[in-house]
Amino acid sequence: MSDNGFEPRIVGFLCNWCTYTAADSAGVGRMEQPANVDVIRVMCSGRVDPAFVLKAFAQGADGVIVSGCHPPGDCHYTNGNYKTFRRMPLLEALLDQYGIEKERFHWGWISGAEAVKWAQLVQNFTEQVRALGPLDWKRQLASKEE
Amino acid sequence: MPDNGKLKLGLYWAASCGGCDIAIVELREKILDLDAAADILFWPVAMDFKYKDVEAMADGHLDVCLFNGAIRNTENEHLAHLLRRKAKVLVAFGSCAHEGCIPGLANLYDRGSILERVFLETPSTDNPDQILPQTLNALPEGEVSVPTLFNTVKTLDQVTDVDYYVPGCPPQAPQIWAVVEAILGGQLPPKGSIVGANQKTVCDECKHNREEKRIAKFYRPHEIIPDSNRCLFDQGIICAGPATRGGCGALCPSVDMPCRGCYGPPPGVIDQGAALLSAVASVVDADTEEEAARIVGEIVDPVGTFYRFGLPASLLHRVKQPEG
Repeated sequence: MSDNGFEPRIVGFLCNWCTYTAADSAGVGRMEQPANVDVIRVMCSGRVDPAFVLKAFAQGADGVIVSGCHPPGDCHYTNGNYKTFRRMPLLEALLDQYGIEKERFHWGWISGAEAVKWAQLVQNFTEQVRALGPLDWKRQLASKEE
Repeated sequence: MPDNGKLKLGLYWAASCGGCDIAIVELREKILDLDAAADILFWPVAMDFKYKDVEAMADGHLDVCLFNGAIRNTENEHLAHLLRRKAKVLVAFGSCAHEGCIPGLANLYDRGSILERVFLETPSTDNPDQILPQTLNALPEGEVSVPTLFNTVKTLDQVTDVDYYVPGCPPQAPQIWAVVEAILGGQLPPKGSIVGANQKTVCDECKHNREEKRIAKFYRPHEIIPDSNRCLFDQGIICAGPATRGGCGALCPSVDMPCRGCYGPPPGVIDQGAALLSAVASVVDADTEEEAARIVGEIVDPVGTFYRFGLPASLLHRVKQPEG
């Protein structure tokens, strides 16, 4: 618990075949990691519609993670992760224009064998988002109207 | 007013350009049929009615109100609530009332920066005393108030209950007439329905030939003379057709201009901009992360491009506001 009591709420969209497996291994291996990430398992990172990320922020997430299998060859569906790396940079640019700090959104690759990398990401990203404070999109929509 | 059996119709414009009212006139000779079937009791753009005429009506006096325009000041909001009370059926008519439309792009900014830009910074402005609009003005004759501009542009259904939606910037005349006929015939669909539009995307109505998409470079419309036979999107022009509800007959693509998305998202899509972003980025001709980032990095103004007509109705509604 930090001094101000703020616990970031982070949503993680993890692909079934790589990053979800890594997160599962990290749990089974009892690796130390904060409990701030709500994991949503998807079959492929290429299944992550940008609307999922926007909806997470709109409904109160302080940070969002999208993670799948390493390109080029790890994807269970041959090239689903190609869709991911084509979409995510454009989504980053969109979020930037919306005024959502780039430190609140992480996308990348963690294979099923990289449980340690997942635990480290959760630790680092949670602290990174904690330092930014709450996003609280609903409050910020309601504010500043007489 | 004696009850002559005719439909009692009201039309109103809030934050809009007047194009939706022009679209009604675009019914051409059918406007005489409309006049034969309906009494127009309120239509500020075309006839001399006052707000007090509406206030004097009994609640539910109007059978139908076609409300165009977004909600971006206190006057717009007041009339939205007033007409909701006075009309049995309130229709969000046109893209502004439906999803915010071009006025909704103000949600990329905030009230302070908009007023400064318009009243202080624009090259044609001559305002040496740096006067910004005041909502209350003390004049010799008494205090005069003007509506207050909101920080955030809203859609009609974000301020009051809406029965039906007619999309389009503006709605196309044949679609308007179909809606009028449905109202006159009493064939109203379930509340909340989008009427005067189709269930498939603009691509379904577009005559251009589509191939497999591999986009190595994006062009803005002024940067390329497109091949009139080939899909504009295939040629690298960002066309909102795949993420836009049909119903217009693919008017813009038929003259080689890309669809800009005014009919809003197709059924099942919760965020038109996200759907278009996804469609655009997925077909980028890049097999490495660096190449993909380079190609999509050339897209200017993603929010304005992907949410040109629907920012207030999008999942996030607006950009983050400055602190303080």
